[in-house]
Amino acid sequence: MENTEQRLSRLRGGGDPEAHNARTIAAMTRNPGCVRRAIMDAAGVDKPAVAAAVGHPTSIGRLSDFAVSRGISFETRVKSEGCAELLRLLREQLGLPVPQAHYEDLGSTGKGETVSGRYLRSKAMLDTAEQGTGTLFDHPLLRLSISGVWAYLEPDLVAFQLGEKFYVIEIKSFPVIDGVADASKVAASVTQSAVYVLALQSLLSEAGRDPGLVSHEVILVCPKDFSNQATATLVDVRKPLAALRRQLSRMDNIAALLHLLPANVTFDPELPAMELAQALTQASARYSPECLAACEMGSFCRAEAKGSTAILGRTVREDLGGVDAVSTALELATGRLQPTKDLLQAAHVLRLAQRMRTEALAR
Amino acid sequence: MSTLTALARVQAAHHGAAQQICTVRHLHVHDRPLVLVPLTLAGETNAPLAAMVGDRHGNPQVLVVPRPRLREQRFVFVERLANIVLSYVDGFTDDVETLPAKRKDDEPRQRFTDAPQVWVPNPGGVEYLRLMGRMTRFRQTTGDYAVAAGVPQLGKWATWLAEQAEYPDSSVLVAATQALTGFWATGQSSLEDGNLAALMGWIAPPAGMTAEQAAATAEDPILCPPAGPATDPQFDRLVLAPALRDLEEAPSDAVRVRVQERLTLALREQMQPTWDRVWQAIGLLGAQQPGGSVEQRWAADRDRFSDFVAYLRDTGHPQAKRDSAVLGARKLHDMERRLANFEAQRAFDDPLVMGEQRMTGEAFTGIVTWSDPLRTVTLSRRVLRPGIVVETEDPLRLVAGDADLRDPQRPNQKASILRLSESAGKISVSLELQGGTGSGLTAPPGSVPAVGERVTYSRLQVSYMSPGQFPARDQTPWTHGGPPQPYAPATSDAAEDWS
Amino acid sequence: MTAAEQAERAVAEIIGTFTSGAHRGVVVDSPPGAGKSTLVVRTSTELARQGEQICVVAQTNSQVDDLIIRMATAADDLRIGRLSAGDYRPSDEVSRFPFVRVASKIDDLASCKIIVGTAAKWVYVTDGQWPWAIIDEAYQMRSDMLLRIASRFERMLFVGDPGQLDPFSTVEESHRWAGLAWDPMQSAVAVLLRNNPDLPQLRLPLSWRLPPSAAPVVAKAFYPFTGFEAATAPQTRGMKATAAGLGVGPVDDVIDIAAETGWGFYEMPARNTIRTDAEAVQATVAIATRVLQRGTETYCEHAPGGRRIEPGRIAVGAAHRDQVTALRQALEASGGSGIRVDTANRLQGAEFDVTVMLHPLSGRIDATAFHLESGRLCVLTSRHRHACIVVGRAGIPDLLDTHPSVEPIYLDAMTKFPDGWEANQAMLAHLAGHRVAAF
Repeated sequence: MENTEQRLSRLRGGGDPEAHNARTIAAMTRNPGCVRRAIMDAAGVDKPAVAAAVGHPTSIGRLSDFAVSRGISFETRVKSEGCAELLRLLREQLGLPVPQAHYEDLGSTGKGETVSGRYLRSKAMLDTAEQGTGTLFDHPLLRLSISGVWAYLEPDLVAFQLGEKFYVIEIKSFPVIDGVADASKVAASVTQSAVYVLALQSLLSEAGRDPGLVSHEVILVCPKDFSNQATATLVDVRKPLAALRRQLSRMDNIAALLHLLPANVTFDPELPAMELAQALTQASARYSPECLAACEMGSFCRAEAKGSTAILGRTVREDLGGVDAVSTALELATGRLQPTKDLLQAAHVLRLAQRMRTEALAR
Repeated sequence: MSTLTALARVQAAHHGAAQQICTVRHLHVHDRPLVLVPLTLAGETNAPLAAMVGDRHGNPQVLVVPRPRLREQRFVFVERLANIVLSYVDGFTDDVETLPAKRKDDEPRQRFTDAPQVWVPNPGGVEYLRLMGRMTRFRQTTGDYAVAAGVPQLGKWATWLAEQAEYPDSSVLVAATQALTGFWATGQSSLEDGNLAALMGWIAPPAGMTAEQAAATAEDPILCPPAGPATDPQFDRLVLAPALRDLEEAPSDAVRVRVQERLTLALREQMQPTWDRVWQAIGLLGAQQPGGSVEQRWAADRDRFSDFVAYLRDTGHPQAKRDSAVLGARKLHDMERRLANFEAQRAFDDPLVMGEQRMTGEAFTGIVTWSDPLRTVTLSRRVLRPGIVVETEDPLRLVAGDADLRDPQRPNQKASILRLSESAGKISVSLELQGGTGSGLTAPPGSVPAVGERVTYSRLQVSYMSPGQFPARDQTPWTHGGPPQPYAPATSDAAEDWS
Repeated sequence: MTAAEQAERAVAEIIGTFTSGAHRGVVVDSPPGAGKSTLVVRTSTELARQGEQICVVAQTNSQVDDLIIRMATAADDLRIGRLSAGDYRPSDEVSRFPFVRVASKIDDLASCKIIVGTAAKWVYVTDGQWPWAIIDEAYQMRSDMLLRIASRFERMLFVGDPGQLDPFSTVEESHRWAGLAWDPMQSAVAVLLRNNPDLPQLRLPLSWRLPPSAAPVVAKAFYPFTGFEAATAPQTRGMKATAAGLGVGPVDDVIDIAAETGWGFYEMPARNTIRTDAEAVQATVAIATRVLQRGTETYCEHAPGGRRIEPGRIAVGAAHRDQVTALRQALEASGGSGIRVDTANRLQGAEFDVTVMLHPLSGRIDATAFHLESGRLCVLTSRHRHACIVVGRAGIPDLLDTHPSVEPIYLDAMTKFPDGWEANQAMLAHLAGHRVAAF
């Protein structure tokens, strides 16, 4: 009998699962109702490869080289000289009482060190960190269980311990201008930080310590106004954290979702395109236009949803009284289709709307 | 969104063509707009890279920042942009008209007979102008970091324009995608409508293409460069980055000029399709019949334009970085009142917009089946209260006792519902009317709807916009942080680093 | 300590803190039915009796009338002034009290010890300053309104229920002021505390309205950090239908469950519907009228021997205006006149014996921020003294589970807790144990 892990492995066509990172984990909360996505993420399927194989190559997450290099140079600047700039911000802007800080670079991999070995080293360092003094941990290695499989997270961030509390610090290169930043970028970043908060909590739990030591506020460091100077803001991540926990617990029940799939189905990118597309349709998608920016499969799912009211947007289908096909909506509106009992009211509203439109446009 | 718009989207998806969601256009379309298509350099904050700008489709000015990381070059760009924008804006400050005073004791007031209208491709363009305003309005024309006079002046105008765009009833800064989606519904989602090329594909597909093909093509950045301000990452990698590197490393001026020409051409190719589409959008919308209140709203825009010109000629301080407590409250007050009036005007001008009210049962249209223009009631004395009965098939949700309803044809007449009766799927609404009938006991002919007339009653009304009572800025109460510091030019602002 | 003593101690502490004069502002959080109006009346009459003049600011005209009637009943020795718009006509109930003076100019009320008016009316008082004021329903008041009247008063007592609906703006999508300490779209209390974090914040600890079956549920879902308790003991409150149900219908079943446990969830088959789901409307109305038909009686501390529920003691609530109109029309058609039907927004502050609520998420495909707002559900599930029956289609937990988390986050913005999603989940989990499946 095949166990869940084996089934997931077969789903992705064997081989190693795609490594999750904070961005991909955070993105899982964007459409928790989508079975297709949950299964593909749980199995670590190479979604960009699958999307390309079925004729819908994706550019999600692709950044301009200029943006990438700016991001790197900003981060380097903030962390240079043992994070001197960062410490100044913590003291001056957030009023955190940082007397002097140790700096621990956990980023490098020791000779012959495995990933889990590095995780254990991070864990030991974080666990035994001397209390009472501030310590900055650069690039600690954390891990989180995604549907029963460890995903190792190598945050290019700093875990900061101050007194009893651990803070996650997220360095981003979008600006904060007069105290205002792009709200969707903030949401995306702090959802990623929430992934680290969660991972840090689980690390502490494993070490037998109180996960409550991790602050539910993260420190977001961004360029100030139009300059290269940094500015720091505390952001409450309780809401994204709750969303994340919910989705991860759903993923823990991945076995239940897998049962919905025929046993022979796999999402191996090496499959012939037709076969692969056919396999994908076996896992039901919950497409909405927001998927286009959040999931590599978005374009494929849109094409699949052609003719449904879902492609017109979340609110449209609601406004149509739940009618899910464009043709049904239209035929109900024009009276060509007699509604079934469950569509009676929707039909009534649609016919009224049709009358209003015809009447107004004829005048 | 409403069921009417949702149905229009369904129809558009089915027929493969955008569908009107308005019978008239509610936006003022200028006969001499200024179009601005900006591009920025990825990774930096609003760093200008290029722009196509001008008030004639056939004659754009192309501005390019060949070395966008160099601060001086950015200032050169801003100066050139300022020259174009400011001379366009100044062009509307010659002709004035004199209007009677708003209040009895005031002087008659003056306003300009026309005002500027700037078009950008999308909300990103509005944001570009807002940030451009923020970058430049605090700059100073004297001292260590002196800039040309046009730079802070552009900043103030860009800020003003971007702020006007926050009010739905203003037409001085228009994002083409929003103007188009205000008039047409497409067979795609509103998110995809944010792509100007895809949106235009549904409204006016290129010859030989279906709307869906046009929209699909629009998503390919190679076939269809993005409308900006952000550029396509692939373009950055394959074209922009090598060109910028070549410029840095150019061994001679001659080489530099050649590379610069190549770069300008490449950037022009990125902007040209968007430039054309914005003009096409202006043409398409301009060809639509304007709604009855468009001119009145444009007059209000001209009022605000005139006020701002006067402000600049007076103290002309740059606008604050963020609103103070008093300013914020005032603006919210204005925004809410202007929005309410705008919604009422749109519904009065446009049966499709009124249709949304009727769908929810907040309004109804019907035929007058009985009319008594001489009906009187005795309150403290006998007064004229004409009565009518309107028969409607609308799904009415108003009830007996609902008052202060109005018919757009008689905005000064209030109606209240006396009774409702239903038979054979039609509702008869008995209404009592008040006002708009003179002072006597007989209503002048035409002042009361006659039998057979088609009328529409709703709760909407256009009301006088009171400025509201607010404390003076220096009287800001302790509950809201007390009075803010008055404005004083700060050297740190003038010296602000543009990374 | 009895409940009455406990409540009295809280009230005394509040009045003491406020009248000590040591603070320009004092905030009092009052959970549903915790005696907020009583506090306002006590504070104002006590101050007035000490010879002080006190102003009271309420948010709506009916709130003003309600306060005046309570004050006039409690203290017929005090002159009370009602600051009103020029076209205000006092209601019959208000005109019963000859010592209540109605005027549109503040100067005409100079001789009054207590002056009550809506915030909108106080805005037009542009001069002068009064030593004491109570801002009632302060969480319903927008901060821009407070900005306009705050300078009129030297010291203010802010009283309100933090769990209810946030104030509303028609330009909600504008985020121009997000993160500012004086964001005009926030509630008066949120802005006050952001700018003055050191002001004393007190609270009323007991609900006199919610029965012991409801207080812990509502407290856990909507007041997770402060909590509150029922002032009454379980045996004090009860409800029973004098006429037995036919014993077969789910409508009777849900009423029986609610009578027994204080809660009922009438769950209809899952379906995506238009907002004014006719079947759900019919069911809601059927339940409300059936409560009357069955001659339901309640007994409580005011009527230990029991009394029959009158139509006026039942409320039907919903999220949207069109739903309310549909409910009203259906109710009229089935002889349920006298039953109050309103949106959550308008039911704020009101109290009934039995409430029947159409769940905001019933029949929907997706939730929006509007439908998830914790205050909306809080209002709908905290108006009752005896029982609350919720009507909804199956599938709401699923809808919540699949709700995408895509809310933008504004730096330094005032975030409201609890999260609507969490609150909805908590309430649904509770209702699941009181479910009657309709067929």
